[in-house]
Amino acid sequence: MAEPVLEIRGLRIALPKDSDRAEAVSGVSFSVAAGEIVCLVGESGSGKSVIAFSAMGLLPKSLPVVSGTIALQGENLVGASEYRLRELRCTRMGMIFQEPMTALNPVMRCGDQIDEVLRAHTQLAAAVRREKIIAMIAQVHLPDPVRMVDSFPHQLSGGQRQRIMIAMALVLGPSLLIADEPTTALDVTTQAQILKLIRELQRDRGTGVLFITHDFGVVAEIADRVAVLQYGELVEMGPTAQILSAPQHPYTRMLIASVPSHTPPARPPVAGAGDAIVLSTEALAKTYSTAGLFGGARKVDAARDVSIEIRKGETLGIVGESGSGKSTVARCIARLIDPSGGKILLCGTDIARMPAGRLRELRHKVQIVFQDPYRSLNPRRTVGESIIEGPMNYGLARHDALERSRKLMELVRLDPGALERYPHQFSGGQRQRICIARALAMEPELLIADEAVSALDVSVQAQVLKLLEEIRHSLHLAVLFITHDLRVAAQVCDKVAVMSKGIVVEYGPAEQVFRAPQHEYTRALFDAAPGRGFEFAAA
Amino acid sequence: MWNYIGRRILATLPVLLIVAVLVFLMLRLTPGDPAAVIAGDAATSQDVAEIRAKLGLDRPVVTQFFIWIGRGLQGDFGESFFYKKTVASLIADRIEPTLALATLTIILATLIAVPLGTLAAYRQGSWIDRIVMGISVIGFSVPVFVIGYVLIYVFALQLGWFPVQGYQRLADGFGGFLHRLILPSITLAMVYVALLARMTRTSVLEVLNEDYVRTARAKGLPNLKVLVFHALRNAAVPIVTVIGIGIAVLIGGVVVTESVYNIPGLGRLTVDAVLARDYPTVQAVILLFSFAYVVINLAIDLMYTVLDPRIRY
Repeated sequence: MAEPVLEIRGLRIALPKDSDRAEAVSGVSFSVAAGEIVCLVGESGSGKSVIAFSAMGLLPKSLPVVSGTIALQGENLVGASEYRLRELRCTRMGMIFQEPMTALNPVMRCGDQIDEVLRAHTQLAAAVRREKIIAMIAQVHLPDPVRMVDSFPHQLSGGQRQRIMIAMALVLGPSLLIADEPTTALDVTTQAQILKLIRELQRDRGTGVLFITHDFGVVAEIADRVAVLQYGELVEMGPTAQILSAPQHPYTRMLIASVPSHTPPARPPVAGAGDAIVLSTEALAKTYSTAGLFGGARKVDAARDVSIEIRKGETLGIVGESGSGKSTVARCIARLIDPSGGKILLCGTDIARMPAGRLRELRHKVQIVFQDPYRSLNPRRTVGESIIEGPMNYGLARHDALERSRKLMELVRLDPGALERYPHQFSGGQRQRICIARALAMEPELLIADEAVSALDVSVQAQVLKLLEEIRHSLHLAVLFITHDLRVAAQVCDKVAVMSKGIVVEYGPAEQVFRAPQHEYTRALFDAAPGRGFEFAAA
Repeated sequence: MWNYIGRRILATLPVLLIVAVLVFLMLRLTPGDPAAVIAGDAATSQDVAEIRAKLGLDRPVVTQFFIWIGRGLQGDFGESFFYKKTVASLIADRIEPTLALATLTIILATLIAVPLGTLAAYRQGSWIDRIVMGISVIGFSVPVFVIGYVLIYVFALQLGWFPVQGYQRLADGFGGFLHRLILPSITLAMVYVALLARMTRTSVLEVLNEDYVRTARAKGLPNLKVLVFHALRNAAVPIVTVIGIGIAVLIGGVVVTESVYNIPGLGRLTVDAVLARDYPTVQAVILLFSFAYVVINLAIDLMYTVLDPRIRY
């Protein structure tokens, strides 16, 4: 066998002294051959990104390589000079990142950003460089390459920006491409296209790819071989089909079992919940308009003609890609923003245009859990203070509010003693449990979960979803579940509304929508979901 | 874009009107009578009354205001009570030193502070960073006149490199003009260096953690290029804002420096005019200052569109 493009042997990378473990990466060895895609899979904190950055020589000084070798086509990069590393970047190894929205310099034209690579590493004349850039942009299938060269990143969509990043990383034809969660921030349909593009370019050029991801769906789509990382250690490695269908290590088995299935389970209605309608909307609409001084107003329909209905003990999922209007609907229902038309009936009362004073009485009935548990709790307040603030605003005595918060902590499976601690002392999953407790402290009728599990690792996600299920059963809560993740929606929703461009294109029982989608957009969405052909959790 | 500029210029009119009313009223509400000052110590009350009638100060305040504003709209700001010249020509005489001082100060401050601040951010926590931040604390806390006199003592009196005081017109030779302007500019620049270096450090630090800076490094660019084209370029908006505010505040703030270095600029003119209750001069100068302020602010806002393509009006 020919020399591997990347060969990592016994790599150890230290963590700063006060961390929860001594090493970010502990003795990891693997290799990537030319023309091969190796996926590094693991949950957050597993050290997968640290390995990627160490190969590029982009690790901060606080994470030093202690021992081991990283060989790029036989050349050891550990201990290589900053100058040599700079020479190798983009010429022999290129990298693309997770966030295409922020990975490009916002004040520089896309063409210039690619041009920088050529100017830094070649002596080519300006005209030749421009030709090369346009050819490369055409290769990543961007429309109108000549115009793309002169456009700024903010004029492009997330998928287009990621294509520019790929063009930048591959313009000099490196033998190794490191892709750090390149599709995580993208919509499923865009993700499918980008994965296809990476596959295509990699095949044509024989590039070795080190692909970092947490998503087993993506692994199933793209990987030749898979390496599973846990706490900085490589626990299992092998060909993709073997790892996915016959995982050996218990951690790998647990991870794969946590991936929600695309097939909705049978969901009997919650016993004793009755069928009272908690919330319904009639032709709900939200239009944003920016008025110019001399006319020329711009109107955007964020949501149009949305009519949905949620009963006690029922979960309605709103599924859609970014910009589909699903969050707008959630925010209108919670009256965080004012709808521009239609009705919102909360327990029979229309709150769509209710003035703030009267609305206050009803506010506690609708509570939201947001996507990012790291930013939705006040960092300078103890968790207990955050939980009791709401009920105390509604007149509950401090003592009683504290009593309630202790009970809720038990309900969300956290130690009531932890009420005195601050948010940064908890993990992401724990924080999301706290956010749920905070919402429940208001004793709501309707709980809105706005991408509430999207930022969590699969194993944690599975736990939080289980918790939400339990709560729905014990409290007969109506839940509005906003998500872009079809697998999650399939598991937790009784009914599903699929939104696209502000309109509900399909609405019905989850089982029916998933089994036989009627609308072409729904079908496209389902087809784009990674790892479709692979049934993970045999539920 | 033009739409926006038009609106902004229209919006300056009420601002200028309010300034005009306030200045006019405040001057007349403060104690002190220009007629008495002009007439001198030996004058009788008869003399004072005559001078007053001649200057038009015996009429009701409202009438005086409308006469002044009416003429002002035609570009006539009247005649100074003391210099026996039109206010317009008085300002024309005095504006060059002030503009020269302000311009040189801002150029010096920017040239010193932006590289220092960027370096401090790049080497955050190092001795360079600590020295730069230390200097900026000194720049903030030592008053302008103290810096002025210390610089005169060291560089003019002891070393004899620069003249103690005075101003030479640009028309009389650039060398002499610059030579005499250096010490006052450094004096005035100190506080802006402090402010600007801190501002630059903070915004560059913020930008250095951005994903696109990491991308730039992943491309294999040299550090200097990453720092200038990717970090500093994106940190420019707040820095330019501070520079702009600096210019505006400077024009009003040259008063002390011009007094210390005996420079015949607008700052000195303002002080003298206020002391002598020279109403027309004070009114015109302050109106000019506020106009400059408004124009500079507009210029800054327009600069944003050049610096950041995402900003469009």
